[in-house]
Amino acid sequence: MDRQLYIRNVVTLNYDSSKCNGCGLCVQVCPHGVFKMENKKAVITNRDFCMECGACAMNCKEYAISVSKGVGCASAMLNGLLRKTEPSCGCSTGGCSTSCN
Amino acid sequence: MRSDYKSEIPGISSQWRFADYLGALRVRFSIGRNNYKINPGLCRLGNADSKSDVFVTANYKLSFDILRKNLDGINAWILVLDTKGINVWCAAGKGTFGTGELIKQIGQSNLHDIVSHRRLILPQLGATGVSGYIVTKATQFNIRYGPVRARDIKNYIESGYKTTEDMRKIRFNIKDRIILTPVEIVNSLWKVLLVIAIFFGISGIVSTGFSFEAALSQGFKDALFITAAYLSGAFLTPVLLPWLPGRYFAAKGIAAAAAVFAIIVITGIAGYRPFYLTGWFLMSVALSSFLAMNFTGASTYTSLSGVKKEMRVFIPIQIAAVLTGFILFIISKFI
Repeated sequence: MDRQLYIRNVVTLNYDSSKCNGCGLCVQVCPHGVFKMENKKAVITNRDFCMECGACAMNCKEYAISVSKGVGCASAMLNGLLRKTEPSCGCSTGGCSTSCN
Repeated sequence: MRSDYKSEIPGISSQWRFADYLGALRVRFSIGRNNYKINPGLCRLGNADSKSDVFVTANYKLSFDILRKNLDGINAWILVLDTKGINVWCAAGKGTFGTGELIKQIGQSNLHDIVSHRRLILPQLGATGVSGYIVTKATQFNIRYGPVRARDIKNYIESGYKTTEDMRKIRFNIKDRIILTPVEIVNSLWKVLLVIAIFFGISGIVSTGFSFEAALSQGFKDALFITAAYLSGAFLTPVLLPWLPGRYFAAKGIAAAAAVFAIIVITGIAGYRPFYLTGWFLMSVALSSFLAMNFTGASTYTSLSGVKKEMRVFIPIQIAAVLTGFILFIISKFI
């Protein structure tokens, strides 16, 4: 199994290629190979592989990329709902902590 | 170059000791893993000098240990950020492995005086929390994102500080998933034992009062269903993830629990009372579905938007299934 695909057509990733300066950092930081370089510009290969980690947008100097960043973790969202706080990935309290290997 | 700084910097070996192995095993089973940390700051590996590379990591001890183990034979500096004992990726998601903290640690460790170059190597997954260009603006240090996995670092250095496509991709193979299951199993354990105890209690209630015999004989079956559903959601679903039907983790959890439930019914061990079995079927799939949904946080490919959608769809289903199942279970006690 090469890559796993989650639910389609939900991610908030947006990319404006006209702002791209071709630095290629988005290609380097994306853990799912969502971007590739083509003619000195970044292009999106498949948006559905995006996990909204936000690494690309954080490192895009030109603000060409926007994504509503967050951790895809159900127990974090439940924790947030129950305590009426922001979703808190219990990297310290159960649930999400599983991702903290 | 100011040598007085250097002499204060703790030196560290790339070799693991017994306690490091024991600690790694312990935290994999979720024992004391919220307090498995080291002091932030700069460490010197081998005979690092002013030209040696600087690797940045989190102060979760396992992250630090994995990094230094993979730098065996290399003279380097390790700059440890204060991530409150959380690993790089989780901390980057929260922002504690972040732009501000990195700038702060560069300053506090006097890195400008210790190394003559202006390069930092960050783990790729740290990019979620760090804006490289802002760090460069503030400190003159240029950020290079290394590979996702520390074990690729030597190849990365040998290939002239270039990551290959393979080094950049996060994987989620069966081994990765198995490593992650004990935490969820351990974390839910006491809740599951509590629920089992409650069902033993309910099973003991008979028309004449409380019967330990009834509690044991019936409660055993209830405990079997609960345990089966618990392991379906917290162990089977993660392990069999790519092969279970559906894209929603919650749906995968239902599939796993339904299969296990069918096996239990076929053995005949739980009898064939329709209300009882239907009740347990509904409660089993709901529990497993819920636990499977929690595994989204451990997976490496779920997005927040996807998880939100999954929760909107499946939490109402899970609640309805538990309630209906429990009512059927209670009815089965009277017929």
